[in-house]
Amino acid sequence: MTDHVTLPAPRDAAPAPGEPLLVAEGVTKHFPIYGGFPFKRKVGAVQAVDGVDLTVHESESFGLVGESGCGKSTTGRLLTRLMEPTSGKITYAGQDITHANRKELAPVRSEIQMIFQDPYASLNPRQTVGTIIGGPMEINGINPPGGREKRIRELLETVGLNPEHYNRFPHEFSGGQRQRIGVARALALEPKLIVADEPVSALDVSIQAQVVNLLQDLQRELGIAFLFIAHDLAVVRHFSQRVAVMYLGKIVEVGTRDEIYNRPRHPYTHALLSAVPEAKFVESDEDDRERIRLAGDVPSPVNPPSGCRFRTRCWKAQDKCAAQEPPLLQIAGNGAGHLTACHFPEEPTTAARDEDIVLDPALAAAEEAASQKPADDAGESGTTL
Amino acid sequence: MTTLTTTEGTPVPTGSDPFLSVRDLYVRFSTEDGIVKAVDGLSFDLERGQTLGIVGESGSGKSVTNLAVLGLHNPKATEIAGEIHLDGQELTGAKEKTLEKLRGNKMAMIFQDALTALSPYYTVGRQIAEPFMKHTGASKREGRQRAIEMLTKVGIPQPTLRVDDYPHQFSGGMRQRAMIAMALVCNPELLIADEPTTALDVTVQAQILDLLKDLQQEFGSAIILITHDLGVVANTADDLLVMYAGRAVERGSVKEILTRPQHPYTWGLLSSMPRLSSDVNEALHPIPGSPPSLLNPPSGCAFHPRCAFTAEVGGGRCTEERPLLPEGRAAACHLGPEQQHTFFTEQIKPRLG
Repeated sequence: MTDHVTLPAPRDAAPAPGEPLLVAEGVTKHFPIYGGFPFKRKVGAVQAVDGVDLTVHESESFGLVGESGCGKSTTGRLLTRLMEPTSGKITYAGQDITHANRKELAPVRSEIQMIFQDPYASLNPRQTVGTIIGGPMEINGINPPGGREKRIRELLETVGLNPEHYNRFPHEFSGGQRQRIGVARALALEPKLIVADEPVSALDVSIQAQVVNLLQDLQRELGIAFLFIAHDLAVVRHFSQRVAVMYLGKIVEVGTRDEIYNRPRHPYTHALLSAVPEAKFVESDEDDRERIRLAGDVPSPVNPPSGCRFRTRCWKAQDKCAAQEPPLLQIAGNGAGHLTACHFPEEPTTAARDEDIVLDPALAAAEEAASQKPADDAGESGTTL
Repeated sequence: MTTLTTTEGTPVPTGSDPFLSVRDLYVRFSTEDGIVKAVDGLSFDLERGQTLGIVGESGSGKSVTNLAVLGLHNPKATEIAGEIHLDGQELTGAKEKTLEKLRGNKMAMIFQDALTALSPYYTVGRQIAEPFMKHTGASKREGRQRAIEMLTKVGIPQPTLRVDDYPHQFSGGMRQRAMIAMALVCNPELLIADEPTTALDVTVQAQILDLLKDLQQEFGSAIILITHDLGVVANTADDLLVMYAGRAVERGSVKEILTRPQHPYTWGLLSSMPRLSSDVNEALHPIPGSPPSLLNPPSGCAFHPRCAFTAEVGGGRCTEERPLLPEGRAAACHLGPEQQHTFFTEQIKPRLG
């Protein structure tokens, strides 16, 4: 169904990618923690986002990956200015919007739209589909030629829904269809940038692909720039031309899709890629990817490690990593625009190593036992898997 | 309960009975809107030391099946028919007392969301020790010792201190490890893991899956791994059951199903998910439509409204006649084996890259 997406009213020719549209420099968001008795005072801060630099170019799709709690969503909300950053600078099309007020933001807001994760929570159950999609036009006082209703019907058709469902309520639609309504709402103002925060992770496997294809068609045909935030590395790879990897509030590596997925340098990117469970479709195909198993979980952003934030789980960490924070640079051996924040980068390959890196103590112990066992009782245990 | 017709072939008697055998299982819930046929004639076998992966979308009956094995459905609202044999013991009509003796002892379950599955009111150590004390009659002290031992095994740092912590003091991955410890505390022979890693991050998921695999080698338990992610089963399971609308549509070893899938639904699942090695310029091939309502499932083959190959079968067989799932490596589809082979190699395989 996404094969025949019909396009709404003709637009200006999509600008060639290259012009920076949204630029973030050192953007930081700290959420204060209050405590104490009888007078509450600030006792600490959750350092959700800590000095993020990124650039989204016009009509480009930019992916942001990372594990839960690394600050992906907060970054998305800062860039759309749904939150005000603690420090840093955000520029949209040359205009500084870091601390812009409501009035100054109004024209920018219509050009930056958002698609939310949960299609069950992001649509008002008491409004019809027509009202939901028409909302942005009403707020911004836009009266397209032919009337709003005509435009809404066009939008419904664009996202692959039946225009006759104009007067239905969200509960009458399935999860995938609801997400399409959310996409139509984001398109209503013909935005230049859409921030999609985990747009498919709440959907069923077979439905995910429908929505990914729809977003990809829109991105290509309407020339909208996308900031695609997701935790699923395969989906981000499929959708984004450039990708940034976040860890604990910082971008640790950024580059083109090919650089991040085939020539990663940061140890965390290596660990992340090697952890993705992959189904092999070819017989006698040995898994030729490297195997890295980290220990424990991501540390708390209230009290992050000094220096490099990944050093507590890194197998290459040395004293320098604790003392000095690695800057996000184009290190030796990287192509232009491929930046890595690491003192001791890895080889740019994802091929299997001579020896697996297993940092998890329980896993290492179990594997140690398993590798010794066959030598001891090879005769009696015929049930080894 | 005997009025339900048998729709699947009777099991071929083999040398010895399998460890877990489910035959013609039906689970139905009465709701205000009608009867939901959550599981509709499901059969499978599982041997000791083996892992069976069950994949399917939400609402395909994966979890309901396994709650039925454990006897955790509310008997007032649920109608269960069929046979479930665990090590020769019939479980479907068994008394609550019998099941209580088996649950946590011979069979145990790992739930998806560890935060809701653990009680916030008791310490982690106490929750791990509880089934052990109940089933072996151990004292509190022995229970605590056993809890520490299990926490060490699943890789919780400083287990002697953490045993007295409450679940909220654990991180997501540690909670899941604690739940694995709780499930394994009595050395169960059957372990049911219901989406054990869906709520976890990818690096933690890899740790937990490898840990489960290693612990299985040590304990020799049989594992049922329920998931919606084919990548997860590809590296963990031996056999695979693909479920759709409460029925098994394809069965076989993981390798067979991933390299030579036979059912159009499995084809759809495989070609709709992007992989790290797939071609990014190729659009994904989603399955059109959405999963059916189990209140009123489609006639004939439940997949026919979303299937691209109904015309190839012809004669309206797909809409009228329900395909059966034969024993062994098979798919419940009206397409002949030769057609399946041609369509897969000519149309589906090129998409997978």
